[in-house]
Amino acid sequence: MNLTVGQELPARDFKITRDSLVRYAGASGDFNPIHYRDDVAQSVGLPGVLAHGMLTMGLAVQVVVDFVGDSGQILDYQVRFTKPVLVDAEKGATVSVAAKVIEIDEETKLARIDVTAVCAELTVLGKAQVRVKI
Amino acid sequence: MVNPQIEGKIYPRTSSYLVGREKIREFAKAVFSKDPANLDLEAAKALGYQDLIAPPTFAVVIQERSLATVLADKEAAIDFSRVVHGDQRFIHQRPIVAGDELTSELKVASVKALAGNSMVTFETAIFDARDQLVCTAISTLVVRGGA
Repeated sequence: MNLTVGQELPARDFKITRDSLVRYAGASGDFNPIHYRDDVAQSVGLPGVLAHGMLTMGLAVQVVVDFVGDSGQILDYQVRFTKPVLVDAEKGATVSVAAKVIEIDEETKLARIDVTAVCAELTVLGKAQVRVKI
Repeated sequence: MVNPQIEGKIYPRTSSYLVGREKIREFAKAVFSKDPANLDLEAAKALGYQDLIAPPTFAVVIQERSLATVLADKEAAIDFSRVVHGDQRFIHQRPIVAGDELTSELKVASVKALAGNSMVTFETAIFDARDQLVCTAISTLVVRGGA
């Protein structure tokens, strides 16, 4: 795999709907109702139904997976959840993900790629770092 | 507030979780993966894997099984309705592969109080059937303080 420091990987927009949240709930086993019920979300003081943070984390890394072509090359992946992704019942939400190569360590054969994820002009993941085998 | 006494506490190993091939496909679709190694058996084998490999964040499913033991622990006193996910990290020794039988052991790495909230960091070690470490999942939960 040819990576250079400063290289930007092809970005991807992810359209999330309420269906996506139900699908992720089933796949992950996280059935917290704030991810599919407006009434429950509002009762705990949220502006509406939110995407699972782990869904945002899971889809954001796909920009790196798409590029390296093998999920198994991702050795280390971390994020901070900075803002929630609000998913409107009709319009859904779009999370735009970009990624950039930050450093390449020839000794350990690891590259660090940082990911940015933006929804409604807010950065929803912080310190999102992926370490991949090169 | 979270009981600070649980810092350092190690929770018992969870029962074994058998990673299913269709579960991997289901999870991969849910996180918008297009990686053939998550979806197509022949493609995974061509890359040298025994079976489909899981997306990088699939380990959360195993981590949740350990977290459930903490949330059920009265000593920890964590009110799940006040929990917000702060950060998450997965350090893999190898990818999770369909057919793996995984167990996990959770340690409470730290409990901190910050501006009326508690921040609890958990380290969950995930092992395969041969007791080899597959992944370390590190998760920080913010537990909002009571009104």
